[in-house]
Amino acid sequence: MLRFSLPRFLAVLVKEFIQMRRDRVTFAMMIGVPIMQLLIFGYAINSDPRHLPTYVEMADNSPLSRAIIYGMKTSSYFDFEGQVTSPEAGDQALKDGRANFVLVIPPHFQRDLLRGQRPQILLSADASDPAAAGGASAAIGQIVQQAVASLASGPLASAKPSPPPFEVIVHRQFNPEGLTALNVVPGLLGVILSMTMVLITSVAIVRERERGTMEALISTPVRPAEVMLGKIIPYVLVGYVQTAVFLLASHALFDVPFLGSPLAFFIGFNLYIVVNLALGFLISTFAKSQMQAMQVSFFLLLPTILLSGFMFPFAAMPGWAQTIGSAIPATHFLRLVRKVMLKGAALPDVAIDMGAIVLIMAVIVVAALKRYRQTLD
Amino acid sequence: MSRVTIATPEDTTPEDASSEGPTTKAFSADPTGSNPDWAISVRGLTKAFSGRRVVDNFDMQVPRGAIYGFLGPNGSGKTTTIRMMCGLLTPDAGHGACLGFDIQKQQAEIKARIGYMTQRFSLYEDLTIRENLDFFARMYRVGQRRQKVAQALDDLGLSGRAHQLAGTLSGGWKQRLALAACLIHDPQLLLLDEPTAGVDPKARRDFWAEIRQLSQRGVTVLVSTHYMDEAVQCDFIAYIAYGKKLIAGRSTEIPHMIGLHTWRITAPDLDRLEAMLEQAPAVEQVARFGAVLHASGRDGPALQALADVQDGQDGQRWSYKETELEEAFIYLMASGTDNFAPELSQASSQAPGHSSGQAPGHSSGHSSGQPPAPPQTTRPTDPGKEAS
Repeated sequence: MLRFSLPRFLAVLVKEFIQMRRDRVTFAMMIGVPIMQLLIFGYAINSDPRHLPTYVEMADNSPLSRAIIYGMKTSSYFDFEGQVTSPEAGDQALKDGRANFVLVIPPHFQRDLLRGQRPQILLSADASDPAAAGGASAAIGQIVQQAVASLASGPLASAKPSPPPFEVIVHRQFNPEGLTALNVVPGLLGVILSMTMVLITSVAIVRERERGTMEALISTPVRPAEVMLGKIIPYVLVGYVQTAVFLLASHALFDVPFLGSPLAFFIGFNLYIVVNLALGFLISTFAKSQMQAMQVSFFLLLPTILLSGFMFPFAAMPGWAQTIGSAIPATHFLRLVRKVMLKGAALPDVAIDMGAIVLIMAVIVVAALKRYRQTLD
Repeated sequence: MSRVTIATPEDTTPEDASSEGPTTKAFSADPTGSNPDWAISVRGLTKAFSGRRVVDNFDMQVPRGAIYGFLGPNGSGKTTTIRMMCGLLTPDAGHGACLGFDIQKQQAEIKARIGYMTQRFSLYEDLTIRENLDFFARMYRVGQRRQKVAQALDDLGLSGRAHQLAGTLSGGWKQRLALAACLIHDPQLLLLDEPTAGVDPKARRDFWAEIRQLSQRGVTVLVSTHYMDEAVQCDFIAYIAYGKKLIAGRSTEIPHMIGLHTWRITAPDLDRLEAMLEQAPAVEQVARFGAVLHASGRDGPALQALADVQDGQDGQRWSYKETELEEAFIYLMASGTDNFAPELSQASSQAPGHSSGQAPGHSSGHSSGQPPAPPQTTRPTDPGKEAS
């Protein structure tokens, strides 16, 4: 009688499935949310922004100046919106947001250059958004250098910059084109699973308490493990469906490759689903209402998005933030998914990430079982 | 008026215990005569929520096969007590057994043998009637489940609507379904927590007919209620207020234990009479039953004197009547309406004119020092026993 009973567990399981099937809105959310987020993050977000509005204050209308501007246009970072005629007008354009950049080419730029006077060229950037200013600012030096080099032939050959005595070769591995989608989309799987799994489980359990059905349920001889497993497993399957939808969409829409071991991926995402469900279960032992469960779940979603390395590079965070980030399951799952999908990792390569997830899971499960009571105390 | 509570039998003095009055001995005779064991026997149950004692040193013995009514105002601790008895809450202090199993250690055994019907409808509204019954049958691992469920549906008369969602049922049907669900495993003990709240009188009568049948089959029923028509159906009654049991006994003995004297009065103008009686010091309670008034009080001689004066005036007809459970019930329920505001009720219980009724021999050892003390406590005041 005190042992785990398979029939009772199955009864809870069947009940959960029936309830899930009848709750059409939630069910639609579970499938709709991954697709919606995939579209938003995949199409709308770009960490290497291009076509930024640029004004130019052109005091030197020389072939060189025009070559520089042409080079900037073709880099696709800059879209020239027009000219300004004074420094004040340039500042104003930056201030009121018409321009992200104002390029100032000083008088006699070409002449000074040919004379070897190292004339200066100014690119004023609206750096209030570092991400918007970053890529373009980094590219400008090379653009100007190339423009100068292309013109420095014939009589101007003396102006040709001599190559540096060394050459730096940057090899962009795993994502040679620097596509944001390749970074965001695999990571998004972690965020979506975390969001839906934690939220749905916590709400599903708190709902029993809120509606009073928990009292009837635990007045039967049902064991905690039967309730916990019976409630969690249906949502594991939801996680499977979400992952399948996600993988198909990311392949079809964003050409995200899947280079690594499917087995490593399978084990990893199972672990991750379970750790999130356990977290949802833990929340449900604290939350007094569905509303509270929802609030706590969303509260936990923030660090998952911000500190896990999903939005911002993990290594760039200060030590304390990395410490917090390391305690978040999504951090490890993100690494695992990126390794497997983009870097072709196999099981041994992601063992450390799995280990971290298992460790976090152990802590959460122990806490959840300790908190879950078979009574109403 | 009757904001007075009554001492528990345990609190009574030896003089009382020796008389035929209320004693715990009254319980020891099993109504069915077949089994001397208690279905429920608890002692000293105490439970506090955030420092407030919701149930305080509670004793109760329920004989097997009895219908035991559990009365008390809102917030008096009835639900908490029932939950402790069936293992849903862990008592802070006290011990006891339910069907012979320890309520603190053998909760699983208890749960398998009892049916607990919660105050609120607690089946799954998004499951069908059949699915609900089937779910609980599985939870209790009922043998021949399909037949059992089909039988239950038949008994309910819901076979044709088995696929209807439980949430779409009316209040009365929900309550019958809930009862069927907690009977699916043939429990020996049924705990019903205000089962008929919000149910129409016809459905309530049907419900009680079923309870009676169950009782005849040997099922013990503990039922908490607010309703007089339910209280009068019970074999035994316990009254609880502020988490303390104030009176308990066979329902036939309860009126006697309170010590009420009742006069039956008819008059041409009942309204005026009622207003007059409410002013009379000897009358603690006036209840209207159709075209008659029942005036009750614990001071027998004073009532007698009043009757002598009034009888025949303005067409009044006074006749002494045996105090019955109805009067006792009204008396009990009037002694407190809401136990969530102890200070307030306590203050109002100090109504003038009744302090004289307080018995000197009343010992309330366990209640001393408790902030939410029960309203002014008074012993049964059967004139013959006022010796102490």
